[in-house]
Amino acid sequence: MNKTVNPNDLTSDDDYGPLYAARKKVYPQSVSGTFRRIKWGLMAFCLGIYYLLPFVRWNRGLGAPSQAVLIDLPNSRFYFFFIELWPQEVYYFTGLLIVAAVALFLMNSVGGRIWCGYLCPQTVWTDLFYAVERLIEGDRRERMKKDKSSDPMRLERISEIVLKHSIWLLIAWWTGGAWVLYFNDAPMLVKQLVTFQAPMIAYAWIGILTATTYVLAGFMREQVCVYMCPWPRIQAALTDEWALNVTYRYDRGEKRTSVKKAAELRVLGEHAGDCVDCYQCVAVCPTGIDIRNGPQLECIQCGLCIDACGNVMTKIGRPKRLIGYDNDINIHRRQEGKAPVYRIVRPRTVAYSAIIAAVGGIMIYTLATRSLLDVNVLHDRNPVAVRLSDGSIRNAYTVRLLNKSGYDRVIAIDANGPANATIHVIGVDSVTPDRPMIVIPRDSTSELRLLVTAPADSNPEKSIPVRFHVTDIGLGEAAFATDNFVSP
Amino acid sequence: MTDHHSDIDSVTGRSTTGHEWDGIKELNTPLPRWWVITFYLTIVWAIGYWLVYPAWPLISSNTTGMFGYSSRADVAVELANLEKIRGDKMVALGAASLADIEKDPALLALARAKGKTVFGDNCAPCHGSGGAGAKGYPNLNDDDWLWGGTLDQIMQTIQFGARSGHAKAHEGQMLAFGKDGVLKGDEIVTVANYVRSLSGLPTRKGYDAAKGEKIFAENCVACHGDGGKGNPEMGAPNLTDKIWLYGSDEASLIETISLGRAGVMPAWEGRLDPATIKAMAVYVHSLGGGK
Repeated sequence: MNKTVNPNDLTSDDDYGPLYAARKKVYPQSVSGTFRRIKWGLMAFCLGIYYLLPFVRWNRGLGAPSQAVLIDLPNSRFYFFFIELWPQEVYYFTGLLIVAAVALFLMNSVGGRIWCGYLCPQTVWTDLFYAVERLIEGDRRERMKKDKSSDPMRLERISEIVLKHSIWLLIAWWTGGAWVLYFNDAPMLVKQLVTFQAPMIAYAWIGILTATTYVLAGFMREQVCVYMCPWPRIQAALTDEWALNVTYRYDRGEKRTSVKKAAELRVLGEHAGDCVDCYQCVAVCPTGIDIRNGPQLECIQCGLCIDACGNVMTKIGRPKRLIGYDNDINIHRRQEGKAPVYRIVRPRTVAYSAIIAAVGGIMIYTLATRSLLDVNVLHDRNPVAVRLSDGSIRNAYTVRLLNKSGYDRVIAIDANGPANATIHVIGVDSVTPDRPMIVIPRDSTSELRLLVTAPADSNPEKSIPVRFHVTDIGLGEAAFATDNFVSP
Repeated sequence: MTDHHSDIDSVTGRSTTGHEWDGIKELNTPLPRWWVITFYLTIVWAIGYWLVYPAWPLISSNTTGMFGYSSRADVAVELANLEKIRGDKMVALGAASLADIEKDPALLALARAKGKTVFGDNCAPCHGSGGAGAKGYPNLNDDDWLWGGTLDQIMQTIQFGARSGHAKAHEGQMLAFGKDGVLKGDEIVTVANYVRSLSGLPTRKGYDAAKGEKIFAENCVACHGDGGKGNPEMGAPNLTDKIWLYGSDEASLIETISLGRAGVMPAWEGRLDPATIKAMAVYVHSLGGGK
């Protein structure tokens, strides 16, 4: 990013070098080709999901939210299609984060910065903003000329600038708008938003995300990748010699020369490089670097220089992929006259895949087998045990029942502990003796006070385990929790 | 240090800072301008913060800021809001009868939650955080009640207290039979052993059961009733059960009979509002021993 400084330029004696560096604005040129098409496709796919997902409906029955993906903060619920997570299950996200991180490592060891080049929101939105800019202000040369021009602004130029920023703001506003739709019923919230009846917090978040999108994609752009994002630094430590990165094949490209001279050299049977120094790879680069200088922190590996170079090679009748996904091993092999070797399957990628499979498998297993009925028991601490007037011993427990299903349940409670013990739940009149039954409404928890009384003659040991069984008497679904019965 | 003015790194073609460690030179990598500007802006922001919000400690106070903001005022507003939200529910609690509260799961949960907090603030010092009690302070989890264990009786005891000085308080106390000269030393030992025998506890060797029964009938039955079953009207405990407020060993009993007992339960009427007292009665009743 820093310009190369010519020693002759440093003439002043008190020149301690610049304290800060002014940003060199990048004007990426439009390009067509395979990677550009992939990028358009992925952009449409990612933005499509982001903008439209809140409107996807999912029937969960009457009274439950019908939005497929919903973060319901007031009620502490997260809905994802058929999955409903409660706050105590947020640890599932730990698994999700591990999978996401290792997937990033895997991408990196297979094809370099695939995430940065194609999928990262910063890249996607910046790409979209560049497309708008290009549509309104023209391609690289025109934009450079317009920015440099010292002529007074004419109406045409002013309207161009106004139009560009308006469209940018519109996209940014839509981005913020889609964000808040994930937190409330989308159609209802849209209606509230347009009639100015939505909660203040919704407008505030739309405002914040409009601002960040507009600033990050419209102005900060590659500065985010170069200065703000930690991933370029991390990925440099994760890559290896087999990882395929966007690479200038200097074995083929050097020594650079003109098209004419190269043709002459080849006629004479001498070696000539394919690179004709046309600078198309530099012109299309969204971070403004020269890929021919080798792997660089600034390179997000979007593949646009591959397209640009490929188009030039086709024109001058040389084979494509002078710039391509490659690595240094193969460059050296070709220099030695050997065939290139591509090793996608290697210990590193196998290990990453295994971790993803293992963590993903555990997550799916726990999700699939998790109980929709749960019980927690907490023993009273003061007093631990109570002696009643007839000498019998009573322990009290706080029992929390969780009904995660979409319907009300009738639950029977049994306690397996001291011999001949009776149980009683405060506020619940037993229909059947010693087997209290209670109704837990759907998607809720109930906290009960449960008393276990052992007769005086049983005289149990100091502490014996008790197992509390809760059974849905309709479905037979059951859960249990264990605690202890203590004597005074 | 080398002269860095024209010191250019030959590999990268970039200038260095001139700093060198063991032959390794540091490239001059200036910060981006926007970063430096943002940094200065944060400093300006911080100064603005000092002016607007309370910031600097003074000798006995602190700067208050232009807006007069204080986090305590925020808390006061939040608490007022909370009271408002709870207000309706507490009104519902105050309106419902004690029996209805125990039957309605929502009201029961509210009463238990409210009762637990208030219990912790007001009752725990004597009765313990969970109502386990101590010597002289009844355990509220068991089924033995000096003044009765129904919801109404518990509420009455909380409202007016026992020997609290309140006009409606429970009165009646264990007389000091020894100190007041009603019973002599050996009579006290005899009747103490008789009382022990009522609940099946072992008695001293050579103790005269018939004499004990006679002393008990003449002095104790008036309050503790025939056979020592107790009387909640007088706050006289049941002497035949396994629960002893002041201990069941001979020495404790002799002390009780000689010096009398008159523990005080304060009256809470006036100190706590009626709905809160109701919540507390339900809470204590729901601890497990309520009748």
